[in-house]
Amino acid sequence: MSGDFRRAVALLHKDLLTERRSKASFNAMAFFAAMVLFIFSFALGPDSPGMTAGEGQTLLQYLWPGLLWVAIFFTGVLALGRSFQVEMESGGLEALRIYPGDKKAVFAGKLTANLVTLAAMELILIPVSAILYNIDLWTKIPALMGIMFMGSLGFAAVGTFYAALTANLRARDVMLPVLVFPVLVPIVVAAVKATTLVIRGDPMGEMWTWIRIMLLIDVVLLTVCTLTFEFAIED
Amino acid sequence: MGNIIIFVAVAALTVLVISYTLGLAKKPIESAKRGGMIAGIAAVVLIALGLYLGLVWAPTERMMGDSYRIMYIHFPSWVGTAAGYLVAFIASIAYLRTRNQGYDYVAASAAEIGLLFNATGLVTGALWGRPTWGVYWTWDPRLTTTAIMAITFAGYLVLRAFVEDPEARARVSSLVAIVGFVNVPIVYFSVRWWRTLHQVQSSPETVDSPMVWALRTMMAAFLCLFLYLLITRYMLARIRGEEELEAVRLEVASE
Repeated sequence: MSGDFRRAVALLHKDLLTERRSKASFNAMAFFAAMVLFIFSFALGPDSPGMTAGEGQTLLQYLWPGLLWVAIFFTGVLALGRSFQVEMESGGLEALRIYPGDKKAVFAGKLTANLVTLAAMELILIPVSAILYNIDLWTKIPALMGIMFMGSLGFAAVGTFYAALTANLRARDVMLPVLVFPVLVPIVVAAVKATTLVIRGDPMGEMWTWIRIMLLIDVVLLTVCTLTFEFAIED
Repeated sequence: MGNIIIFVAVAALTVLVISYTLGLAKKPIESAKRGGMIAGIAAVVLIALGLYLGLVWAPTERMMGDSYRIMYIHFPSWVGTAAGYLVAFIASIAYLRTRNQGYDYVAASAAEIGLLFNATGLVTGALWGRPTWGVYWTWDPRLTTTAIMAITFAGYLVLRAFVEDPEARARVSSLVAIVGFVNVPIVYFSVRWWRTLHQVQSSPETVDSPMVWALRTMMAAFLCLFLYLLITRYMLARIRGEEELEAVRLEVASE
């Protein structure tokens, strides 16, 4: 077990190191995320005071939780699609396949690396979008971080799994979103709902239900993806 | 008491359909042909009978008028959908365990036929929804779940078209079918907590008995139709697959 743990950490270290040195996917992601945010404001704005969607809220403020998660999913799926490309290009996937020990360690390492990349992207995306759309976040940061983590965990699990599955495909850039997004529907529903409750308050006390739903989704997706991952990277 | 009988009958039919369709992978193609013919004839007879019962014999519904009669196509479509995706899911697991290419043919055929019934169910549902609810579409748990199921298995079929190597195709697509199928109940419950409108399933006690019998006949008919289509599609997949393997063998031999 500890051997597998060390293998996962080694893989995580390798992925983060290549990412830190090249910054390839992170740079692309940051710009793409910024573009998505701008496109939303062009498509749904301008935020003139007359256009409100509720008590003192502009349309963009009202829609912020949903827009934020759409931006995260669209940007994230780009990053996840790249997560096995470094290995593909240099023949490292073969090395991963003959890596000793359980393949679950490979999945855990890759998943954590993707989760860290997603978290880094969210750390930029959330404050920038909050500033652009005028959202007051200061008091809500701890709760928001928890929800971001739970939503991103399920997303990264499914994304890593499908990225491995489609790594060899000709049309992987098309196929990855096509396969990932249907599976993400429950996470989208739960994460957006929970984020909305954090931002707009929770008069009905629904928060716990949604947190439990999200945990349940995460557990199921993690279990299924971990158990079947060894089939996903064999050749 | 009646509920228990129906439950047992449905469970027994499910086991029967799954074991028969999975068994196709191991049987010679002649036996599949015979099975397909029997299912096809049964489907034609039962559909004729069911349509007569549903369109002529069963009374008009008090609230919805004659428009309710689309349910004789609508509900049975979901029988075909459920059977298709369930068979695809189990055949995918069987493939990963045994690596018998035959299970991949079963899974792919079942997914395709399941998607066909799924589309029928969605279209008839939208047509029925307009006069009774006033809308074609609503984001109700069952509607959303079935739409997501359709997208998932459409993705499955698109994916298959992109992989040339038969073994890689079978492996990759069976994983997609497994994860996609496991996801279905999660989608259902998460959307259910999100919003709802669809009526709860009517239990047979609240529905007039001619309607129930017409509906049961149509459900049995669609199950036979499902089997017929599945077997036919399976034979096509098997012929194509064997041809594909033969081509690979020739290529290897010529090198």
